Amino acid sequence: MNENLFASFITPMVFGLPLVTLIVLFPSLLFPTSNRLVNNRLISLQQWMLQLVSKQMMSIHNTKGQTWALMLMSLILFIGSTNLLGLLPHSFTPTTQLSMNLGMAIPLWAGAVITGFRNKTKASLAHFLPQGTPTPLIPMLVIIETISLFIQPVALAVRLTANITAGHLLIHLIGGATLALMSINTTTALITFIILILLTVLEFAVAMIQAYVFTLLVSLYLHDNT
Amino acid sequence: SQDSKMASVVPLKEKKLLEVKLGELPSWILMRDFTPSGIAGAFQRGYYRYYNKYVNVKKGSIAGLSMVLAAYVFLNYCRSYKELKHERLRKYH
Repeated sequence: MNENLFASFITPMVFGLPLVTLIVLFPSLLFPTSNRLVNNRLISLQQWMLQLVSKQMMSIHNTKGQTWALMLMSLILFIGSTNLLGLLPHSFTPTTQLSMNLGMAIPLWAGAVITGFRNKTKASLAHFLPQGTPTPLIPMLVIIETISLFIQPVALAVRLTANITAGHLLIHLIGGATLALMSINTTTALITFIILILLTVLEFAVAMIQAYVFTLLVSLYLHDNT
Repeated sequence: SQDSKMASVVPLKEKKLLEVKLGELPSWILMRDFTPSGIAGAFQRGYYRYYNKYVNVKKGSIAGLSMVLAAYVFLNYCRSYKELKHERLRKYH
């Protein structure tokens, strides 16, 4: 049981070919594009949802920040759809891999910070020292603020990885427990099954919330820097 | 009678699969376009065939999306069968 608990997190390769590329590209198949004014139901639903999210998320930014709208909307769509697809049985979730999440977090965070340093250098440097600190504390506080700045991309990536991986592991464990308990004591198995259902509902919520949180934080880092 | 004989002969390459006679099947398969652009064209045709039949319609239902997800689950099952077959309910593994 211990070995195959983590078997679902191994990068899928078939005959030495990276199948994982196809799995990462699969969500794009579910978001068709169209140039019509009135579309079919699938596209209309997606456009409505996208408009809702983009209005809510991009309203806090100024003109310069709103040039990132396409990037942030693609990000939330990608993370949301990948997480939700990972809840299907036997599927592989790319966002459980730290490498992928670091690959998303570091460039976006670095882009926001470097934009801030290039365009508003004084204001960006001023972030390192909160207002009204006593003079003796200044060196230590600058160090702490630097660390807190550089930990942002790591926190973004690890937060997403840990949440999704933990959710999948819990589902595996509780599902296995339900199966094992069925022959021993049916009532306990039923209770465990109800726990499993509640957990699955939670995982659906977590899948979408994590996408939102990731994108929101990137948008916040952007707001600080534009 | 000469005209009717000419009209009924359709070149093998242009026949659809269901119109090909069983004896002609190997030569029909070999005549298909296996170049990369040919394979890409086949995937594109297949995608649009499914999309226009089930999704791009006036009153599309959940079935259009569900069939794709079901196929996705099935393909993932096939991919991980090697590890999953150890989890069968057997007395001795």
